[in-house]
Amino acid sequence: MTTRSYAAARRTLSIGDKLLDVNWGLVLLITIIASAGFAMLYSVAGGSFHPWALPQMIRFVIGLILLITIAMVDIRVWMGLAYPLYGAALLLLIATTIMGKVGGLGAQRWLELGPLQIQPSELMKISLVLALSRYLHGQQVEDISKPLKLLIPLAMIGMPAVLVLMQPNLGTAMILCADGASLLFLAGLSWWWIAPTIGAGLAAIPIAWRFMHDYQKQRVLTFLNPSSDALGAGWNISQAEIAVGSGGLAGKGYMQGTQSRLNFLPEKETDFIWTVLGEEFGFVGCIAMLLLFAVVIAYGIRIAMASRSQFGRLLATGITLNFFFYIMINASMVMGLIPVVGIPMPLISYGGTAMLTVMVGFGLLMSVHVHRQVEIPRHSSGLM
Amino acid sequence: MPIFDRKDKSRYATFTRRTLLVTGGVNVVFAVLAGRLYQLQIVEGEKFMTRAEENRVSQRLVAPLRGRILDRFGVELASNRRNYRVLIVKEQAVEGVDAAIDTVGKLIYLSAHQREKIKRDIANNKPFAPVPIAENLSWDEFARINLHLPYLPGIQPDVGETRAYPFSTELSHILGYVASVSPEDMKNDPDPLLSIPGFRIGKRGIEKEFEAEIRGKAGTSRVEVNAYGRVIRELGHDAGTPGSDVYLTIDQQVQQFAAQRLGDESAACCVLDVTNGDVVALVSSPGYDPNAFNVGISQAEWNALTTDDHKPLINKVITGEYPPGSTFKPVLATACMDNGLADLQVNCTGSMTLGNNVFHCWSWKKGGHGHVDLKRGIAVSCDIFFYEAARRLGIDKIHDTAIAMGLGAKTGIELPGERPGLIPSREWKLKRFGVPWQQGETLNTGIGQGYVTATPIQLATLAARIASGNAITPRITRYVGHREQPRLQIDRLPFSDTALAAVQEGMNMVANVPGGTAYAWRITQPGFEMAGKTGTAQVRRITREDRATGRVGNANQPWKLREHALFIAYAPVQLPRYALGIIIEHGATVDHPHVQMARDILLFTQQRDPAKLPNAYPVSAADASAGRG
Repeated sequence: MTTRSYAAARRTLSIGDKLLDVNWGLVLLITIIASAGFAMLYSVAGGSFHPWALPQMIRFVIGLILLITIAMVDIRVWMGLAYPLYGAALLLLIATTIMGKVGGLGAQRWLELGPLQIQPSELMKISLVLALSRYLHGQQVEDISKPLKLLIPLAMIGMPAVLVLMQPNLGTAMILCADGASLLFLAGLSWWWIAPTIGAGLAAIPIAWRFMHDYQKQRVLTFLNPSSDALGAGWNISQAEIAVGSGGLAGKGYMQGTQSRLNFLPEKETDFIWTVLGEEFGFVGCIAMLLLFAVVIAYGIRIAMASRSQFGRLLATGITLNFFFYIMINASMVMGLIPVVGIPMPLISYGGTAMLTVMVGFGLLMSVHVHRQVEIPRHSSGLM
Repeated sequence: MPIFDRKDKSRYATFTRRTLLVTGGVNVVFAVLAGRLYQLQIVEGEKFMTRAEENRVSQRLVAPLRGRILDRFGVELASNRRNYRVLIVKEQAVEGVDAAIDTVGKLIYLSAHQREKIKRDIANNKPFAPVPIAENLSWDEFARINLHLPYLPGIQPDVGETRAYPFSTELSHILGYVASVSPEDMKNDPDPLLSIPGFRIGKRGIEKEFEAEIRGKAGTSRVEVNAYGRVIRELGHDAGTPGSDVYLTIDQQVQQFAAQRLGDESAACCVLDVTNGDVVALVSSPGYDPNAFNVGISQAEWNALTTDDHKPLINKVITGEYPPGSTFKPVLATACMDNGLADLQVNCTGSMTLGNNVFHCWSWKKGGHGHVDLKRGIAVSCDIFFYEAARRLGIDKIHDTAIAMGLGAKTGIELPGERPGLIPSREWKLKRFGVPWQQGETLNTGIGQGYVTATPIQLATLAARIASGNAITPRITRYVGHREQPRLQIDRLPFSDTALAAVQEGMNMVANVPGGTAYAWRITQPGFEMAGKTGTAQVRRITREDRATGRVGNANQPWKLREHALFIAYAPVQLPRYALGIIIEHGATVDHPHVQMARDILLFTQQRDPAKLPNAYPVSAADASAGRG
């Protein structure tokens, strides 16, 4: 702990101090991963910056500016904004459900506000982590597991999860629940709650099955037996596996992926971009990318551990785990480990909202890093 | 410095512990993902590489060039013509399909029906698949399209191969035609070529008979395709083996002349080379245009062909079974000569009685032919003489002689659908009707009526056998590819030379001696004279009332009920070279148009003089002396 840091704990840091304190190593790492994404988008477009690579680069630059800007803002400001942001996101989600534009598969995921198209469920991922972190910041370990005290965070997780599930967007709902559950776990939720919940969750699978949409059931069935629908839904999974598998050890070479170039891959520029990486750069490329991801996650955990506020720790871990859940679900789904759910690969998949969400998340993580010495009294949690 | 209160310390400890647990979980997940990558890419990498390759590479069959069909001099009768086509690719037609078709419609004629079909085809195909707009364009039309190509987005000119029959109807029944593959064809023939869109196979005639040889062997093209089946590029090409050319024995010039000479009659004519059985001409009239079937025949055209009472689709030369009528009499005459009836003489009064039945001679009105012997019997075609001859010979001897003359069985001509005709026998009658043979039936058989039927090619064979004394068999192909078609060994007929000489003399008298039934239409050029035998076949039975009321002549009858007119002949009479059989359905009239046709065709055939075409008709001395009879 340097003297400057201690001083910073008591006084407000100048913008110059903060900029110097940004974890530029992490920024560089994120840029490397995103650049790999540009290269893949350039490849799937057949060697062209259009229509994907260039817009993605522009978004990334915007995201980067956003990241730095968010990092500059005092963590206490974010803590103060946590509940209003959550409330706004919840309202937007409700609005989407009521008057949301009907997208593919009849899913209501987009909300049109004038010229803007926003996906409230993405906003909710960040807001939920913020709001839960703020709430749990104000709780003592022994209080968290009290049933009445537990009702509030459960409601905070449950309301948006149900709304997103109704859209229907199973993947995002799962991520919301995973984010919330991990924060509760990290905050010290008693094992007496955790073990029975896992048991109940397993027992609930048959009931959940009954409430699932036909297309969701189809995905699960197809996952369990891809050859049952070799030309329909199972085709996507088979083709993705062929793409990854045929990459072999070193891959077919950049822009040499036949599966992607000849359109055998579905949604190759978005959810299935991982398969292009697998096909063109093989085992070596994929492992290298997984290592980059792992280093980012390690950075996130280290930032969390270094924070002097419970809010900062929970926020940093929540953001990091959210990033991790994206990777886990996307990679597992395109490699046939879990059924297909529409979750993109962060930083690599083409898509504006997802890119901005991830970058805002990293901005908050960076804010935790920059303001790691800031101490926040437990009772300043505000609510309760 | 109230940095950490005690409670916060315990929270931090819990957080740290649990974060380590979570980190452990993250590591496990990354290990699982790495393990999955290892399984997919390292363990099963080979398998998936193969499957990616199977995705990418598609083997496409390439249709081989179809073999040609040529006449004996190498004139192309069926060939492969360049097919100038215009195709449209929907996704490239940036101004819309309708606009593109309209623009093309200004350059070449497109009917409303065609336009509809094009739009239907476009709707049924993938947007990148080329759909034909027009085929078989003239060079001028094709050039016009090419000239305007810069202003025709989505339009592709294309040069393919298509079957062409330059002589159209004249050779339709010999060549047959090619047409699209039917589902039934697919079932019977495992050749994967049949599944190529637009592939054509032989449906009739030589095209069908020699389909296996003419078709050739499929080539392959290895192409890279994308997920939608669009070809990206060709990786390798093997053109396959072109089909074999088939050389016919036909002389296109004679064929053409004969076809023109038969005109619009429902008729059939066959000209044979008596030295070896080569079919020089084989015409069934009317014909049809085989090109129409290749291009695709409309329902209206098909209906017109199938409902026509002149039956243009039927090859009457090999499938038409007609009562031979009096052309059968030389068979009886031959039997008489070799069965002790050489000196048979009859006094024809116009009719004779057998049991309760009266048998009439065709000359009954004039009071009969008077004194008739065998040669004169042939010359004047006296029915009474041959009734008597038949009565004395009996059905068995008539049957055996007719079979030896090549009747009652398929000749084995290399064309599909040949019919055997019929020479009745005691066994046949018993088997067919369960009733024994009647003597009256022997008499009817004797003048080529009753059960007996023959095809025109059999009649030509009969003439050739009488002319040559050899058991010649007709054949229509000389070479298939480089393989010469096997020549059958030509045996001597089981008849005495004197028998054949007497019959030949009778047939000479038919045409060349006053009083002969064909004398008025003989060949008068010296050295080209023909010998022959006329015939008329009743289509219906002439009743007693008909004779009483005089309703015997043909002119009073509806076309369908008129008698068939037949003629067999050979020429030149001194050293026979060509034999001919001809029939005009329901065509018996007093001016014997069929004899006139036969005369002209035989004269034309002979005038394509071997002396002037030394290599065309190779005749060895042995052939010539054998043909002498």
